[in-house]
Amino acid sequence: MKKEELITKLKSIVKPYIQDEEAFNNLSEHTTFVGDLKINSANLVDVILDVEDEFDIRIENDEMERMLSVKAAMDIVSSKISA
Amino acid sequence: MNRVVITGMGVVAPNGVGLGAFTNAIKSGVSGITFHQNLEDANFSCCIGGIPQVSEEKKLEYLTPLQLRGFNSSGILYGCMAGMDAWKDAGFDINPESTLDYDSGCVFGTGTSGVEKFREAIYKLDAGEVKRLGSTVVLQTMASGISAYLGGILGLGNQVTTNSSACTTGTEALLMGYERIKRGQAKRMLVGSCSDDGAYIWGGFDAMRVMTYKHNDAPEEGSRPMSTSASGFVPGSGAGALVLESLESALERGATIYAEVLGGHINSGGQRNGGTLTAPNPEAVQRCILEALKNSGINANAIDTINGHLTATSKDSLEIENWVQALDRRGSDFPYINSLKSMVGHCLAAAGSIESVATVLQLKDQFVFPNLNCEDVHPGILELISDEKIPKQMIKKEITIAAKASFGFGDVNACIIFKKYN
Repeated sequence: MKKEELITKLKSIVKPYIQDEEAFNNLSEHTTFVGDLKINSANLVDVILDVEDEFDIRIENDEMERMLSVKAAMDIVSSKISA
Repeated sequence: MNRVVITGMGVVAPNGVGLGAFTNAIKSGVSGITFHQNLEDANFSCCIGGIPQVSEEKKLEYLTPLQLRGFNSSGILYGCMAGMDAWKDAGFDINPESTLDYDSGCVFGTGTSGVEKFREAIYKLDAGEVKRLGSTVVLQTMASGISAYLGGILGLGNQVTTNSSACTTGTEALLMGYERIKRGQAKRMLVGSCSDDGAYIWGGFDAMRVMTYKHNDAPEEGSRPMSTSASGFVPGSGAGALVLESLESALERGATIYAEVLGGHINSGGQRNGGTLTAPNPEAVQRCILEALKNSGINANAIDTINGHLTATSKDSLEIENWVQALDRRGSDFPYINSLKSMVGHCLAAAGSIESVATVLQLKDQFVFPNLNCEDVHPGILELISDEKIPKQMIKKEITIAAKASFGFGDVNACIIFKKYN
Protein backbone atom coordinates (compact mmCIF):
# COMPACT_ATOMS: atom_id res chain seq x y z
CA MET A 1 0.00 0.00 0.00
CA LYS A 2 1.30 3.44 -0.93
CA LYS A 3 2.24 5.81 1.82
CA GLU A 4 -0.28 8.44 0.70
CA GLU A 5 -3.04 5.89 0.56
CA LEU A 6 -2.20 4.71 4.08
CA ILE A 7 -2.20 8.26 5.44
CA THR A 8 -5.58 8.93 3.81
CA LYS A 9 -7.06 5.82 5.42
CA LEU A 10 -5.61 6.67 8.84
CA LYS A 11 -6.90 10.21 8.49
CA SER A 12 -10.46 9.02 7.93
CA ILE A 13 -10.15 6.61 10.86
CA VAL A 14 -9.08 9.26 13.38
CA LYS A 15 -11.51 11.91 12.11
CA PRO A 16 -14.36 11.14 14.56
CA TYR A 17 -12.03 11.37 17.55
CA ILE A 18 -9.95 14.50 16.85
CA GLN A 19 -10.52 17.68 18.81
CA ASP A 20 -8.15 19.97 16.91
CA GLU A 21 -9.40 20.71 13.40
CA GLU A 22 -6.35 22.66 12.36
CA ALA A 23 -3.90 19.91 13.29
CA PHE A 24 -6.20 17.45 11.54
CA ASN A 25 -6.24 19.48 8.33
CA ASN A 26 -2.45 19.63 8.38
CA LEU A 27 -2.06 15.97 9.30
CA SER A 28 1.30 14.49 8.32
CA GLU A 29 3.47 11.53 9.29
CA HIS A 30 4.78 13.54 12.23
CA THR A 31 1.37 14.32 13.71
CA THR A 32 0.78 12.81 17.17
CA PHE A 33 -2.64 11.56 18.24
CA VAL A 34 -2.92 12.99 21.73
CA GLY A 35 -0.48 15.92 21.56
CA ASP A 36 -1.48 17.34 18.17
CA LEU A 37 -4.92 16.00 17.36
CA LYS A 38 -6.02 16.28 21.03
CA ILE A 39 -7.66 12.87 20.89
CA ASN A 40 -8.88 11.90 24.38
CA SER A 41 -6.39 9.28 25.54
CA ALA A 42 -9.26 6.92 26.45
CA ASN A 43 -10.31 6.99 22.78
CA LEU A 44 -6.94 5.66 21.62
CA VAL A 45 -8.22 2.12 22.10
CA ASP A 46 -11.15 2.93 19.83
CA VAL A 47 -8.75 4.23 17.17
CA ILE A 48 -6.83 0.95 17.43
CA LEU A 49 -10.04 -1.10 17.04
CA ASP A 50 -10.98 0.89 13.95
CA VAL A 51 -7.49 0.38 12.51
CA GLU A 52 -7.78 -3.36 13.17
CA ASP A 53 -11.12 -3.49 11.37
CA GLU A 54 -10.00 -1.36 8.42
CA PHE A 55 -6.88 -3.39 7.69
CA ASP A 56 -8.10 -6.73 9.03
CA ILE A 57 -5.15 -7.04 11.39
CA ARG A 58 -4.66 -7.52 15.13
CA ILE A 59 -2.55 -5.10 17.14
CA GLU A 60 -0.89 -6.36 20.32
CA ASN A 61 -0.63 -4.48 23.61
CA ASP A 62 3.04 -3.58 23.18
CA GLU A 63 2.42 -2.31 19.66
CA MET A 64 -0.51 -0.27 20.89
CA GLU A 65 1.68 1.39 23.51
CA ARG A 66 3.98 2.58 20.72
CA MET A 67 1.20 3.72 18.41
CA LEU A 68 1.14 7.36 19.43
CA SER A 69 1.71 9.07 16.09
CA VAL A 70 0.69 8.74 12.47
CA LYS A 71 4.23 7.54 11.64
CA ALA A 72 4.15 4.82 14.30
CA ALA A 73 0.72 3.69 13.15
CA MET A 74 1.91 3.55 9.55
CA ASP A 75 4.95 1.45 10.49
CA ILE A 76 2.90 -1.03 12.50
CA VAL A 77 0.14 -1.33 9.91
CA SER A 78 2.68 -1.70 7.05
CA SER A 79 4.56 -4.43 8.86
CA LYS A 80 1.31 -6.33 9.44
CA ILE A 81 -0.19 -6.07 5.98
CA SER A 82 3.07 -6.95 4.22
CA ALA A 83 3.62 -9.93 6.53
CA MET B 1 -31.12 26.82 56.78
CA ASN B 2 -31.70 27.79 53.16
CA ARG B 3 -35.10 27.64 51.51
CA VAL B 4 -34.97 25.53 48.36
CA VAL B 5 -36.85 26.23 45.14
CA ILE B 6 -37.10 24.64 41.71
CA THR B 7 -35.81 26.84 38.90
CA GLY B 8 -35.62 24.47 35.94
CA MET B 9 -37.08 21.19 34.75
CA GLY B 10 -36.60 18.71 31.92
CA VAL B 11 -38.38 15.50 31.08
CA VAL B 12 -38.16 12.64 28.61
CA ALA B 13 -41.34 10.62 29.07
CA PRO B 14 -43.19 8.03 27.02
CA ASN B 15 -46.05 10.49 26.45
CA GLY B 16 -43.95 13.59 25.83
CA VAL B 17 -40.33 14.52 25.23
CA GLY B 18 -39.57 18.01 26.51
CA LEU B 19 -41.41 20.05 29.10
CA GLY B 20 -43.90 21.60 26.66
CA ALA B 21 -44.99 18.34 25.07
CA PHE B 22 -45.16 16.63 28.46
CA THR B 23 -47.27 19.42 30.00
CA ASN B 24 -49.79 19.18 27.17
CA ALA B 25 -49.84 15.39 27.43
CA ILE B 26 -50.55 15.23 31.15
CA LYS B 27 -53.19 17.96 30.96
CA SER B 28 -55.13 16.15 28.28
CA GLY B 29 -54.43 12.63 29.52
CA VAL B 30 -52.33 11.29 26.66
CA SER B 31 -51.09 7.72 27.04
CA GLY B 32 -47.54 6.85 26.02
CA ILE B 33 -48.09 3.10 26.20
CA THR B 34 -47.64 1.12 22.98
CA PHE B 35 -47.31 -2.49 21.82
CA HIS B 36 -43.76 -3.76 21.28
CA GLN B 37 -43.29 -6.62 18.83
CA ASN B 38 -39.84 -7.46 20.22
CA LEU B 39 -41.43 -8.25 23.60
CA GLU B 40 -43.92 -10.62 21.99
CA ASP B 41 -41.12 -12.22 19.97
CA ALA B 42 -39.23 -12.80 23.23
CA ASN B 43 -42.28 -14.53 24.76
CA PHE B 44 -43.07 -11.78 27.26
CA SER B 45 -46.44 -12.05 28.98
CA CYS B 46 -46.67 -8.25 28.94
CA CYS B 47 -45.93 -6.94 25.44
CA ILE B 48 -46.78 -3.29 26.08
CA GLY B 49 -44.64 -0.55 27.55
CA GLY B 50 -43.77 3.13 27.58
CA ILE B 51 -40.76 4.27 25.56
CA PRO B 52 -40.02 7.95 24.83
CA GLN B 53 -39.88 8.79 21.12
CA VAL B 54 -36.41 10.16 20.34
CA SER B 55 -35.18 10.50 16.74
CA GLU B 56 -31.52 10.26 15.67
CA GLU B 57 -31.55 14.00 14.86
CA LYS B 58 -32.88 14.75 18.33
CA LYS B 59 -30.01 12.78 19.92
CA LEU B 60 -27.53 14.99 18.09
CA GLU B 61 -29.01 18.06 19.77
CA TYR B 62 -27.65 16.67 23.04
CA LEU B 63 -24.69 14.40 22.37
CA THR B 64 -21.85 14.75 19.86
CA PRO B 65 -21.26 12.20 17.08
CA LEU B 66 -18.21 11.06 19.08
CA GLN B 67 -20.28 10.59 22.26
CA LEU B 68 -22.84 8.64 20.24
CA ARG B 69 -20.20 6.32 18.73
CA GLY B 70 -20.81 2.84 20.13
CA PHE B 71 -23.39 4.39 22.44
CA ASN B 72 -26.08 1.97 23.58
CA SER B 73 -27.47 3.16 26.89
CA SER B 74 -31.00 4.50 26.58
CA GLY B 75 -31.14 5.53 30.23
CA ILE B 76 -28.05 7.71 29.95
CA LEU B 77 -29.44 9.25 26.76
CA TYR B 78 -32.76 10.10 28.44
CA GLY B 79 -30.98 11.36 31.55
CA CYS B 80 -28.65 13.61 29.57
CA MET B 81 -31.56 15.03 27.58
CA ALA B 82 -33.69 15.74 30.65
CA GLY B 83 -30.74 17.04 32.67
CA MET B 84 -29.48 19.35 29.92
CA ASP B 85 -33.01 20.64 29.25
CA ALA B 86 -33.51 21.37 32.96
CA TRP B 87 -30.18 23.20 33.13
CA LYS B 88 -31.04 25.39 30.13
CA ASP B 89 -34.56 25.90 31.45
CA ALA B 90 -33.02 27.28 34.65
CA GLY B 91 -31.23 29.87 32.52
CA PHE B 92 -27.74 28.38 32.28
CA ASP B 93 -25.64 27.93 29.15
CA ILE B 94 -24.19 24.59 28.20
CA ASN B 95 -20.69 25.15 26.97
CA PRO B 96 -17.73 22.74 27.04
CA GLU B 97 -15.45 25.69 27.87
CA SER B 98 -17.55 26.96 30.78
CA THR B 99 -15.77 27.74 34.04
CA LEU B 100 -16.05 25.01 36.63
CA ASP B 101 -18.90 25.78 39.02
CA TYR B 102 -18.08 24.57 42.54
CA ASP B 103 -21.49 25.69 43.80
CA SER B 104 -23.45 23.37 41.51
CA GLY B 105 -23.68 19.61 41.78
CA CYS B 106 -25.76 16.67 40.69
CA VAL B 107 -27.56 13.70 42.24
CA PHE B 108 -28.93 11.69 39.34
CA GLY B 109 -30.14 8.20 40.10
CA THR B 110 -30.71 5.04 38.16
CA GLY B 111 -31.41 1.36 38.74
CA THR B 112 -29.24 -0.37 36.17
CA SER B 113 -27.20 1.50 33.63
CA GLY B 114 -26.70 0.62 29.96
CA VAL B 115 -28.12 -2.89 30.13
CA GLU B 116 -28.02 -3.20 26.30
CA LYS B 117 -24.39 -2.11 26.26
CA PHE B 118 -23.65 -4.62 28.99
CA ARG B 119 -25.22 -7.38 26.91
CA GLU B 120 -23.10 -6.36 23.91
CA ALA B 121 -19.99 -6.48 26.08
CA ILE B 122 -20.81 -9.88 27.57
CA TYR B 123 -21.24 -11.43 24.13
CA LYS B 124 -17.90 -10.04 22.98
CA LEU B 125 -16.14 -11.04 26.16
CA ASP B 126 -17.49 -14.58 26.02
CA ALA B 127 -16.21 -14.81 22.46
CA GLY B 128 -12.71 -14.08 23.77
CA GLU B 129 -12.72 -10.51 22.48
CA VAL B 130 -12.27 -8.54 25.69
CA LYS B 131 -9.66 -6.39 23.93
CA ARG B 132 -12.27 -5.27 21.45
CA LEU B 133 -14.85 -3.87 23.88
CA GLY B 134 -13.88 -0.27 23.14
CA SER B 135 -13.40 2.54 25.60
CA THR B 136 -16.94 3.28 26.77
CA VAL B 137 -18.28 0.04 28.26
CA VAL B 138 -17.37 1.13 31.78
CA LEU B 139 -18.81 4.63 31.38
CA GLN B 140 -22.07 3.36 29.95
CA THR B 141 -22.58 0.50 32.39
CA MET B 142 -21.31 1.90 35.68
CA ALA B 143 -24.20 2.93 37.92
CA SER B 144 -22.88 6.49 38.09
CA GLY B 145 -22.58 6.74 34.30
CA ILE B 146 -25.42 9.25 34.12
CA SER B 147 -24.02 11.62 36.73
CA ALA B 148 -20.57 11.29 35.15
CA TYR B 149 -21.92 12.29 31.73
CA LEU B 150 -23.97 15.19 33.10
CA GLY B 151 -21.21 16.43 35.41
CA GLY B 152 -18.86 16.78 32.46
CA ILE B 153 -21.35 18.23 30.01
CA LEU B 154 -22.38 20.92 32.50
CA GLY B 155 -19.03 21.45 34.25
CA LEU B 156 -20.33 20.79 37.78
CA GLY B 157 -17.86 21.13 40.64
CA ASN B 158 -19.96 20.27 43.68
CA GLN B 159 -20.97 16.71 44.61
CA VAL B 160 -21.66 14.64 41.48
CA THR B 161 -23.18 11.26 42.28
CA THR B 162 -25.77 8.63 41.47
CA ASN B 163 -28.20 7.18 43.98
CA SER B 164 -30.12 3.95 43.61
CA SER B 165 -33.16 2.82 45.59
CA ALA B 166 -35.37 1.02 43.09
CA CYS B 167 -38.65 2.83 42.39
CA THR B 168 -37.87 5.44 45.06
CA THR B 169 -34.69 6.54 43.27
CA GLY B 170 -35.91 9.77 41.64
CA THR B 171 -37.76 11.01 44.71
CA GLU B 172 -34.77 10.20 46.88
CA ALA B 173 -32.40 12.06 44.50
CA LEU B 174 -34.56 15.14 44.85
CA LEU B 175 -34.48 15.02 48.64
CA MET B 176 -30.73 14.40 48.68
CA GLY B 177 -30.14 17.50 46.57
CA TYR B 178 -32.60 19.45 48.69
CA GLU B 179 -30.75 18.58 51.90
CA ARG B 180 -27.43 19.66 50.41
CA ILE B 181 -28.73 23.10 49.47
CA LYS B 182 -30.68 23.50 52.69
CA ARG B 183 -27.51 22.94 54.70
CA GLY B 184 -25.55 25.39 52.57
CA GLN B 185 -23.25 22.81 51.00
CA ALA B 186 -24.33 23.74 47.47
CA LYS B 187 -26.23 26.57 45.79
CA ARG B 188 -27.68 24.47 43.01
CA MET B 189 -28.21 20.75 42.52
CA LEU B 190 -29.38 19.09 39.34
CA VAL B 191 -31.47 16.18 40.58
CA GLY B 192 -33.35 13.46 38.79
CA SER B 193 -33.25 9.90 37.62
CA CYS B 194 -33.37 7.79 34.50
CA SER B 195 -34.18 4.26 33.42
CA ASP B 196 -33.32 2.19 30.34
CA ASP B 197 -36.14 0.87 28.19
CA GLY B 198 -36.73 -2.54 26.72
CA ALA B 199 -36.68 -6.27 27.17
CA TYR B 200 -33.49 -6.64 29.20
CA ILE B 201 -34.55 -4.19 31.89
CA TRP B 202 -38.18 -5.33 31.97
CA GLY B 203 -37.67 -9.10 31.68
CA GLY B 204 -37.13 -9.74 35.37
CA PHE B 205 -40.43 -8.04 36.22
CA ASP B 206 -42.24 -10.06 33.56
CA ALA B 207 -40.80 -13.21 35.15
CA MET B 208 -42.20 -12.13 38.53
CA ARG B 209 -45.64 -11.86 36.86
CA VAL B 210 -46.09 -8.36 38.26
CA MET B 211 -46.73 -6.79 34.84
CA THR B 212 -50.16 -7.02 33.22
CA TYR B 213 -50.65 -9.51 30.40
CA LYS B 214 -54.31 -8.66 29.81
CA HIS B 215 -54.02 -5.59 27.64
CA ASN B 216 -51.65 -6.51 24.83
CA ASP B 217 -54.38 -5.77 22.30
CA ALA B 218 -55.29 -2.38 23.84
CA PRO B 219 -52.03 -0.87 25.13
CA GLU B 220 -53.44 2.50 26.18
CA GLU B 221 -55.91 0.77 28.49
CA GLY B 222 -53.20 -1.35 30.11
CA SER B 223 -52.01 0.88 32.93
CA ARG B 224 -54.92 1.04 35.39
CA PRO B 225 -53.89 2.37 38.82
CA MET B 226 -56.69 2.29 41.41
CA SER B 227 -58.97 0.37 39.03
CA THR B 228 -60.93 -2.76 39.93
CA SER B 229 -59.61 -4.32 36.75
CA ALA B 230 -55.97 -3.44 37.49
CA SER B 231 -53.89 -6.54 36.89
CA GLY B 232 -50.28 -5.47 37.22
CA PHE B 233 -48.13 -2.58 36.12
CA VAL B 234 -47.04 -1.58 32.63
CA PRO B 235 -43.30 -0.95 32.30
CA GLY B 236 -42.03 2.45 31.26
CA SER B 237 -38.75 4.30 30.84
CA GLY B 238 -37.31 7.79 30.46
CA ALA B 239 -35.94 10.49 32.73
CA GLY B 240 -36.96 13.50 34.75
CA ALA B 241 -34.71 16.30 36.00
CA LEU B 242 -35.10 19.34 38.22
CA VAL B 243 -32.72 22.15 39.07
CA LEU B 244 -32.96 22.83 42.79
CA GLU B 245 -31.56 26.12 43.99
CA SER B 246 -31.37 28.12 47.18
CA LEU B 247 -34.07 30.78 47.21
CA GLU B 248 -31.37 33.36 47.70
CA SER B 249 -29.48 32.32 44.57
CA ALA B 250 -32.68 32.08 42.54
CA LEU B 251 -33.76 35.59 43.54
CA GLU B 252 -30.28 36.96 42.86
CA ARG B 253 -30.38 35.57 39.35
CA GLY B 254 -33.99 36.56 38.77
CA ALA B 255 -34.73 32.95 37.88
CA THR B 256 -38.20 31.60 37.17
CA ILE B 257 -39.40 29.70 40.23
CA TYR B 258 -41.64 26.71 39.56
CA ALA B 259 -42.32 25.81 43.18
CA GLU B 260 -40.69 25.46 46.58
CA VAL B 261 -39.52 22.21 48.10
CA LEU B 262 -40.89 22.55 51.62
CA GLY B 263 -39.35 19.33 52.86
CA GLY B 264 -39.71 15.60 52.90
CA HIS B 265 -38.61 12.35 54.42
CA ILE B 266 -36.89 9.12 53.44
CA ASN B 267 -37.09 5.89 55.42
CA SER B 268 -37.31 2.12 55.20
CA GLY B 269 -39.71 -0.42 56.58
CA GLY B 270 -36.82 -2.76 57.23
CA GLN B 271 -38.81 -5.65 55.74
CA ARG B 272 -40.57 -6.02 59.08
CA ASN B 273 -44.25 -5.76 60.11
CA GLY B 274 -45.54 -6.98 56.76
CA GLY B 275 -42.77 -5.41 54.75
CA THR B 276 -40.73 -7.68 52.47
CA LEU B 277 -38.25 -7.23 49.64
CA THR B 278 -41.21 -6.43 47.39
CA ALA B 279 -44.00 -5.27 49.74
CA PRO B 280 -44.09 -2.17 51.95
CA ASN B 281 -44.32 -2.14 55.72
CA PRO B 282 -47.45 0.05 56.16
CA GLU B 283 -46.27 1.48 59.46
CA ALA B 284 -43.09 2.81 57.84
CA VAL B 285 -44.99 4.25 54.88
CA GLN B 286 -47.31 6.16 57.19
CA ARG B 287 -44.40 7.31 59.29
CA CYS B 288 -42.61 8.52 56.16
CA ILE B 289 -45.61 10.65 55.18
CA LEU B 290 -46.00 12.04 58.71
CA GLU B 291 -42.30 12.85 59.02
CA ALA B 292 -42.44 14.61 55.65
CA LEU B 293 -45.25 16.82 56.96
CA LYS B 294 -43.35 17.54 60.14
CA ASN B 295 -40.16 18.30 58.25
CA SER B 296 -42.13 20.69 56.02
CA GLY B 297 -43.83 22.41 58.94
CA ILE B 298 -47.36 21.84 57.67
CA ASN B 299 -50.28 19.82 58.91
CA ALA B 300 -52.17 17.16 57.00
CA ASN B 301 -55.09 19.43 56.20
CA ALA B 302 -52.86 21.68 54.12
CA ILE B 303 -52.36 19.09 51.39
CA ASP B 304 -54.40 19.88 48.29
CA THR B 305 -53.29 17.06 46.06
CA ILE B 306 -51.27 13.86 46.18
CA ASN B 307 -49.28 12.27 43.42
CA GLY B 308 -49.12 8.68 44.57
CA HIS B 309 -46.85 5.80 43.78
CA LEU B 310 -49.92 3.77 42.66
CA THR B 311 -48.56 1.24 40.18
CA ALA B 312 -51.75 -0.67 39.25
CA THR B 313 -51.03 -3.75 41.29
CA SER B 314 -53.00 -5.15 44.22
CA LYS B 315 -51.03 -2.80 46.47
CA ASP B 316 -52.91 0.34 45.36
CA SER B 317 -55.64 -0.08 47.99
CA LEU B 318 -53.01 -0.50 50.68
CA GLU B 319 -51.30 2.70 49.56
CA ILE B 320 -54.57 4.65 49.75
CA GLU B 321 -55.19 3.22 53.20
CA ASN B 322 -51.72 4.37 54.27
CA TRP B 323 -52.41 7.92 53.06
CA VAL B 324 -55.80 7.92 54.81
CA GLN B 325 -54.27 6.70 58.07
CA ALA B 326 -51.27 9.04 57.93
CA LEU B 327 -53.25 12.17 57.01
CA ASP B 328 -56.31 11.17 59.04
CA ARG B 329 -58.43 12.36 56.13
CA ARG B 330 -61.00 10.21 54.37
CA GLY B 331 -64.04 10.32 52.11
CA SER B 332 -64.63 13.73 50.57
CA ASP B 333 -62.15 15.27 53.02
CA PHE B 334 -59.30 13.41 51.29
CA PRO B 335 -57.08 15.47 48.93
CA TYR B 336 -57.15 14.88 45.19
CA ILE B 337 -54.98 11.96 44.19
CA ASN B 338 -53.55 10.89 40.85
CA SER B 339 -51.07 8.49 39.34
CA LEU B 340 -48.97 9.46 36.34
CA LYS B 341 -48.39 5.76 35.75
CA SER B 342 -51.83 5.58 34.14
CA MET B 343 -50.29 7.51 31.21
CA VAL B 344 -46.61 6.49 31.11
CA GLY B 345 -46.52 3.18 32.97
CA HIS B 346 -44.08 2.51 35.75
CA CYS B 347 -40.84 4.17 34.69
CA LEU B 348 -38.99 2.25 37.45
CA ALA B 349 -35.94 4.21 38.63
CA ALA B 350 -37.12 7.18 36.54
CA ALA B 351 -40.63 7.13 38.02
CA GLY B 352 -39.98 9.39 41.02
CA SER B 353 -38.37 12.17 39.01
CA ILE B 354 -40.78 12.15 36.04
CA GLU B 355 -43.71 12.12 38.48
CA SER B 356 -42.14 14.93 40.52
CA VAL B 357 -41.86 17.03 37.36
CA ALA B 358 -45.58 16.35 36.73
CA THR B 359 -46.45 17.27 40.32
CA VAL B 360 -44.53 20.54 40.15
CA LEU B 361 -46.16 21.43 36.80
CA GLN B 362 -49.53 21.10 38.55
CA LEU B 363 -48.50 23.72 41.11
CA LYS B 364 -47.02 26.01 38.48
CA ASP B 365 -50.01 25.89 36.13
CA GLN B 366 -52.66 25.27 38.83
CA PHE B 367 -54.31 22.06 37.71
CA VAL B 368 -54.68 18.42 38.72
CA PHE B 369 -54.00 16.03 35.87
CA PRO B 370 -56.46 13.21 35.20
CA ASN B 371 -56.13 9.51 35.96
CA LEU B 372 -56.65 7.30 32.92
CA ASN B 373 -58.32 3.89 33.02
CA CYS B 374 -60.01 4.06 36.41
CA GLU B 375 -63.66 4.42 35.48
CA ASP B 376 -64.05 1.38 37.72
CA VAL B 377 -62.31 2.50 40.91
CA HIS B 378 -61.53 -0.43 43.20
CA PRO B 379 -64.28 -0.90 45.85
CA GLY B 380 -61.62 -1.16 48.56
CA ILE B 381 -60.49 2.34 47.64
CA LEU B 382 -64.02 3.75 47.48
CA GLU B 383 -64.56 2.58 51.06
CA LEU B 384 -61.78 4.96 52.05
CA ILE B 385 -62.06 8.00 49.78
CA SER B 386 -64.66 9.62 47.53
CA ASP B 387 -64.67 8.88 43.83
CA GLU B 388 -64.60 12.63 43.07
CA LYS B 389 -61.11 12.81 44.67
CA ILE B 390 -59.78 10.63 41.84
CA PRO B 391 -60.07 12.96 38.83
CA LYS B 392 -60.86 11.35 35.48
CA GLN B 393 -60.64 14.71 33.72
CA MET B 394 -58.19 17.52 34.35
CA ILE B 395 -59.31 19.80 37.17
CA LYS B 396 -58.46 23.49 37.08
CA LYS B 397 -58.21 24.53 40.67
CA GLU B 398 -56.19 26.61 43.05
CA ILE B 399 -53.68 24.31 44.66
CA THR B 400 -50.98 25.35 47.09
CA ILE B 401 -49.47 22.17 48.47
CA ALA B 402 -48.79 18.89 46.72
CA ALA B 403 -47.37 15.71 48.20
CA LYS B 404 -45.38 13.22 46.12
CA ALA B 405 -44.40 9.79 47.39
CA SER B 406 -42.55 6.82 45.96
CA PHE B 407 -42.14 3.36 47.42
CA GLY B 408 -39.60 0.85 46.18
CA PHE B 409 -38.37 -2.72 46.30
CA GLY B 410 -36.30 -3.24 49.39
CA ASP B 411 -39.13 -1.65 51.43
CA VAL B 412 -37.85 1.90 50.94
CA ASN B 413 -39.98 5.04 51.03
CA ALA B 414 -39.69 8.71 50.14
CA CYS B 415 -42.18 11.55 50.42
CA ILE B 416 -41.75 15.17 49.30
CA ILE B 417 -43.90 18.21 49.99
CA PHE B 418 -43.96 20.89 47.26
CA LYS B 419 -45.51 24.32 47.65
CA LYS B 420 -46.62 26.84 45.08
CA TYR B 421 -44.20 29.76 45.14
CA ASN B 422 -45.54 33.28 45.38
